[in-house]
Amino acid sequence: MSKVIRIANGQGFWGDSIDAPVNLIKDGPIDYLTLDYLAEVTLSIMQRQKLKRPDAGYARDFVELIERVIPDLVDKNIKVISNAGGVNPEACRDALLKIAKSKGIDIKIGIIKGDNIYDKLDYFTTIGIDFKNLETGESFDSIKDKVYSANVYIDSFCIARALDEGAQIVLAGRVSDPGLALGPAIHEFGWQADQIDLIAAGTLAGHITECGAQCTGGNYSRWSEVEDLANIGYPIIEMHETGEFVITKHNGSGGLVNRQTVSEQILYEMGDPTYYISPDVCVDFTSLALEDMGDNRVKISNVKGLEATPTYKVSISYFAGYKASGQLTISGPDALKKAELVADLIWKRLENTGCIYEDKSTEFLGISSCHGSINRIPEQVNEVVLRLGVKDSDKAKVNRFGKEISPVITNGPPGVTGFAGGRPKAQEIVAYWPALIPKNLIATDVDVN
Amino acid sequence: MKIKLQKIAHARSGDKGPNSNVGLIFRHPDIYNWARKIITTSLVKSHFGSVVKGEVKRYEMDNLWALNFILGDSLGGGGSESLLNDAQGKTHGQALLLMEIDLPKKLKVYINE
Repeated sequence: MSKVIRIANGQGFWGDSIDAPVNLIKDGPIDYLTLDYLAEVTLSIMQRQKLKRPDAGYARDFVELIERVIPDLVDKNIKVISNAGGVNPEACRDALLKIAKSKGIDIKIGIIKGDNIYDKLDYFTTIGIDFKNLETGESFDSIKDKVYSANVYIDSFCIARALDEGAQIVLAGRVSDPGLALGPAIHEFGWQADQIDLIAAGTLAGHITECGAQCTGGNYSRWSEVEDLANIGYPIIEMHETGEFVITKHNGSGGLVNRQTVSEQILYEMGDPTYYISPDVCVDFTSLALEDMGDNRVKISNVKGLEATPTYKVSISYFAGYKASGQLTISGPDALKKAELVADLIWKRLENTGCIYEDKSTEFLGISSCHGSINRIPEQVNEVVLRLGVKDSDKAKVNRFGKEISPVITNGPPGVTGFAGGRPKAQEIVAYWPALIPKNLIATDVDVN
Repeated sequence: MKIKLQKIAHARSGDKGPNSNVGLIFRHPDIYNWARKIITTSLVKSHFGSVVKGEVKRYEMDNLWALNFILGDSLGGGGSESLLNDAQGKTHGQALLLMEIDLPKKLKVYINE
């Protein structure tokens, strides 16, 4: 029997269940716990927090979690891999070490550096990196002066290096999401970069678990067949040295792991399935063999990879204007007709004040707002939620919109309510700009205390 | 017989920049092999109507009995730039399962299997 390691994921995004990682530690054996806190534009928020306060710029939720579980982590020798370091892994480590010290615990924490290229953007453009938009081909010049953050999705070998150096907690900024699970496998099994199929298997395993409970019965088409969703178990990878692995969850937890729950997640946010690009490898998702073993266990084998690309993906965020949205509930006879009138009134009144927007939206929630003509609209509905939104580069205009929602409760048709939480205010739009950079220009570094 | 895809398939959707993707997964290879011929990009495009403003692409995954559809320009710009309630296309999978198709008699055994 070959060596097996158990890698759990307790956090699919910033805002996921705060108890899931605690339950993974408490309810059964795991060797590694991965925690993802970074969406594509999260780093821009952190970058701005850091500009205001030099000791900010990381995921505070992570520090609160570690405070709850640190004695258990040490007792059970569970290693934690997270991108919670954001744009300031040093400060995140300091906060963790302070907690450890206050509890009389000695712990080694590794940080990974080199992903944050915000301060080097000018240098890179002077040496000829064009950072043109990977999806649209647009020139970087159009947003150059509005950039909030720029981070490279760096490879997963740096996670393995931090573990090699004895770190019990590895704090990264922008690494690939699947890399959080691949890193420990590289460390444990000594996989090399040219063992492409093994690296591909570890990447696929990380892809399946990166969204937490979405492979264990969450967001599942046959939701009514999932037992005990209230206590849904988060996923665990049982990774073998051979690259074969099993997706499962703790015994006794709720949820469901079967061929379909895992297949659905394999296809989540998928582009060309024959060429899934990560910093470490390209994975052919049409190669794998999937076997439902029953008892909430799905085995995956035969994963094939292709050579990694010579570039890293850069995640750039930039200021793209302002937006606001507000909603009202319209009830009673002819609810939809009244809601249409309310929308008309608000748009007309704004137009009368000279407010024309770069973009605006009118949605009738409850009346196929997500699916358009796919559903037949019933003649009579007794309640509609009207949701209006605007977007513009002029902040004052967007705020003016927020002041035009509530008057209609008294000066429009009857049965209008549900205006709570004050006037909608202009929010900055932080947009995402994907680009590429040659790998040889990025130097990563690992620092274990 | 006319049935909705929800009787024979699973779906999951999410965002890819300004586009969404829908993975459509069947529970048996017989159904997949039939559906592969029937559920074309043009059928999906017309099903979604004004929701999908761009083109629809399709990839086949024989190993998972699955089709992956990319719905072009379906998110009102996508990500943080979109004003739509479903800015990430989280509900597009459920929408595809509402598609009505004519299922051959010999495949009836797989309904709700």
